Amino acid sequence: MTDKKISQPKYLFGLDSFGDIAVDTKGQPLTYAASIRQVVKEAVLADTLGVDIIALGEHHRSEYAISSPETVLAGIATKTKNIKLASGVTVLSSDDPVRVFERFATLDALSNGRAQVILGRGSFTESFPLFGYDLQDYELLFEEKIDLFSKLLSEQPVTWEGKTRAALDKADVFPKTESGRLETMVGVGGSPQSIVRAAAYGFPVVLAIIGGSPDRFKPYVELYQRAAREFGHEEHPLGMHSPGYIADTDAQAIKEAFPRFKKAMDAVGLSRGWQPMTRDHFMNEVKNGSMYVGSPETVAQKIARAMKVVGVNRFDLVYGFGPVTAEARLHMVELYATKVIPRVRELLAEAS
Amino acid sequence: MLSPIRRIGILGAGKLGITLAQLALKAGYEVIIAGSTHPGKIALSIEVLTPGAVAASADEVASQADIIILALPLGKFKELPKQALGGKLVIDAMNHWWEIDGDREIIVGPHRSSSESVQEYLATSRLVKAFNHMGYHDLHDEHKPSMAEGRKAIAVAADNPEDVKAVSDVIDTLGFDPLYIGGLSEGRRLEPGTKAFGANVPADQLVRLITP
Ligand SMILES: NC(=O)c1ccc[n+]([C@@H]2O[C@H](COP(=O)([O-])OP(=O)(O)OC[C@H]3O[C@@H](n4cnc5c(N)ncnc54)[C@H](OP(=O)(O)O)[C@@H]3O)[C@@H](O)[C@H]2O)c1
Repeated sequence: MTDKKISQPKYLFGLDSFGDIAVDTKGQPLTYAASIRQVVKEAVLADTLGVDIIALGEHHRSEYAISSPETVLAGIATKTKNIKLASGVTVLSSDDPVRVFERFATLDALSNGRAQVILGRGSFTESFPLFGYDLQDYELLFEEKIDLFSKLLSEQPVTWEGKTRAALDKADVFPKTESGRLETMVGVGGSPQSIVRAAAYGFPVVLAIIGGSPDRFKPYVELYQRAAREFGHEEHPLGMHSPGYIADTDAQAIKEAFPRFKKAMDAVGLSRGWQPMTRDHFMNEVKNGSMYVGSPETVAQKIARAMKVVGVNRFDLVYGFGPVTAEARLHMVELYATKVIPRVRELLAEAS
Repeated sequence: MLSPIRRIGILGAGKLGITLAQLALKAGYEVIIAGSTHPGKIALSIEVLTPGAVAASADEVASQADIIILALPLGKFKELPKQALGGKLVIDAMNHWWEIDGDREIIVGPHRSSSESVQEYLATSRLVKAFNHMGYHDLHDEHKPSMAEGRKAIAVAADNPEDVKAVSDVIDTLGFDPLYIGGLSEGRRLEPGTKAFGANVPADQLVRLITP
């Protein structure tokens, strides 16, 4: 352990949301606008209760209210003190790196240095036709844009040339950050090449583990570290994010989560040609896989186990998946902050 | 007589390709694998994630392996080394995924299974469809020894009985029960949108998902 690492907390815990449309007590969906304001409320509570990070995803689909995470994060920024404000993820392929930098540098200013960009390819590609990009260029777009973005992070004039956007000649981009470097990570699914690419740029990685046993990602951590060493970059600790649902008891959590997860998963499945989620599948994910559903104790045990096995120092819980009431969402934030996180820290301390 | 299968080739070093390479190594096969470009690009991933496998070019994989598994995006099938794959036994594990591949009709045409289009392109290869319907993490987590309780099944579609036999043996050795469902055109019943797509179930249940 180096001195550098001791100065920061050893483990980090985040809450992630895609801005799912919440429902009222009668099961009626809130408006998009109200769902966004709900997330702001939750982030403020999470900040008060000491959660380390709030990460908001970018989606362009009817089930989700957040398409512009940094705008919502800016709203959160001026109402909070300590919580880190992350995107999860910013779909860089269909965005402009210069604009992404400008927007997050602005967020960084509003939040006194709490902005964190998590770049990714995203698991959806709705943004491609929406912004006029061709799916054929999927690989090239990400390659080039991550390259340009990494240059912009120097906060020095940038000269760059590629096929997917206009060239830049000593372009100076504003605002500059106070720290001199915008915190940037890369969100990765199961693709090994994405891990190697992130390591090549020296970006830390958050693994999106959304199904199956987390154990299979353990070698990815080694892959990242090996690659970072080979490229001569720091071997940053990795993070992971997975979906979950916390209620007072296991029975209540399972009862409430199943229909809601099912609704959210089936909506995605419809466009991908997979079958509706069965109870067996759900229960298998809860028991052995990557759905962190249950009482605070159950969820804490599962998180601590996964963090140990995979070897990460950050865990983000994707909460409020599917049509969850505003009350249940807030309660989940509270349980996560006041019961789950302290318990996971305890379990990890016992283990080490 | 077919020669025994010792070396499995894999085209595509992504989620599925790496997972199948891991299963094949565990089962005692030699593995040779290629990504979209030169082997150097995947060398480190292969060394760490599938120690023992050899990273090579697509041409080398096609010419040196006894059987080749296609684990690349379907939209890229016309980049396959057709010549080197000539006469070879080839497993098509590819699916149409609109988010990556775009419009299905444009890449495989209407009214036929995607595997038939791939077979038409790889005209002299012996194509068998298998390993397409189960998610890669289920493949990773669910492989079990022969006769194990609750062992999961992988459907196989191909026209030539000898090829079906050879691929069924590989499926069994990798840890799953093979389930023959008919000729290559029947592969349609395993594609995205069907009941069998995504299936992670034993053979008796898979049969029911496949029967219309
Ligand atoms: N993921 C699953 O659970 C699953 C399950 C069953 C079937 N499948 C099917 O398996 C295929 C691969 O899926 P995936 O999820 O593994 O995708 P993936 O993680 O994106 O990996 C695709 C791989 O194919 C490589 N590739 C691209 N063009 C190639 C070419 N011309 N020759 C050789 N390799 C090439 C890519 O290399 P670069 O990285 O260099 O581009 C990458 O290594 C798809 O057809 C999919 O439908 C997937």
